[in-house]
Amino acid sequence: MAEYNLWHEFKKGLWQEIPPFRIALGMCPALAVTNSATNGIAMGLATFFVLLCANISVSAIRKIVPSQVRIATYVVIIALYVTVADMFLAAMFPPISKALGPYVPLIVVNCIILGRAEGFAQKHPIVPSIMDALGIGIGFTLSLALMGSIRELLGFGSILDIKLLGNWFEPWIIMILPAGAFFVFGFLVAIVNYLSSKKPAETHGH
Amino acid sequence: MNKKVFKMILVLSLTGAVSGGILAKVFHFADPLIQENKRRELREAIFVVLPEAKDYQTIEKEINKEKITVYKGIDANGSSAGIAFIADGGGFQGNIRIMVGLNTDYLKLKGIKILEQNETPGLGNRIKEPEFEGQFKSLEIKPKVEYIKYRKPEKPNQIQAITGATISSDAVVKNINNAVEKVLKNFPSEEILK
Repeated sequence: MAEYNLWHEFKKGLWQEIPPFRIALGMCPALAVTNSATNGIAMGLATFFVLLCANISVSAIRKIVPSQVRIATYVVIIALYVTVADMFLAAMFPPISKALGPYVPLIVVNCIILGRAEGFAQKHPIVPSIMDALGIGIGFTLSLALMGSIRELLGFGSILDIKLLGNWFEPWIIMILPAGAFFVFGFLVAIVNYLSSKKPAETHGH
Repeated sequence: MNKKVFKMILVLSLTGAVSGGILAKVFHFADPLIQENKRRELREAIFVVLPEAKDYQTIEKEINKEKITVYKGIDANGSSAGIAFIADGGGFQGNIRIMVGLNTDYLKLKGIKILEQNETPGLGNRIKEPEFEGQFKSLEIKPKVEYIKYRKPEKPNQIQAITGATISSDAVVKNINNAVEKVLKNFPSEEILK
């Protein structure tokens, strides 16, 4: 069995392959539900949970799934965890569940999750798959929290419903609207690309 | 070849069966909580639009295959505290669901509460602000609820529309008028009060 650099599998999701800025997957939720920091974090955590469970399951059964039916199997597994997450949110956190609306069930078709199952978990043992899911999941949650915070700050003058800017601040309503999501997303991609172009290229060691 | 096909069917069926089993278990745990949340939300909304009510009674009727539900509020002395019902209809984007409270004299509203809406943030979604909702308190419903723009209302059946969100304001008024009309027609006040 190949040696795994578990730290590398974890930290690649935090910068080198951080979704949705470096690997441009999962953009639909990143644009749709980040109109407040709370919604962004809730969406990130729900995706994180599904990603972690899906990676573990896919990795555990990777040797018995015939390759012809692998996608169908993965989709069933992902749909299972998404439905669990959806019901859990509706039962325990009804306001968040209401705010996220149809975007929770839509995690099923979030390309990050199928992408990690196809691109990583089906080829690697459970432990590296967990590290991969932790890294990508935390990276995605941080990205959505950042986008949500910026949009909420500029659009409402608050972060996590805590008022930060005084009455002098005229809210930029456009930041809460879909167009604002594209502005913030574009700026963040540009910043991330700029910063990583200045860093010396990292060597890929496996 | 057959063995391969068999394995494909087996793996996929097993995945489906195991997933189904887990879901059934989770549903068993979550469903009562979800139903409870919905009930509590409805209850709270009814008590907001019928402030004197301490309890309520659900009355359902089927008219032309359409089910209409009203909630009769009951105050501390056991007499009627008005009736509440849901006005559901199109807004500027998506549906607006409103809980409407109607006085038992069937002449004035007691209050409204926006339950669900997807209006534009900062413009249309100001319909859920107390300043807008509050205008419907003691508003006369005859001949029907109207809105006017840019000015303070002059008649007792008028509210002032939100500047920049006429379509949303109009949708709220229209939905309320439709629901009120339906209730007036199908739930005569003698029937409710007895």
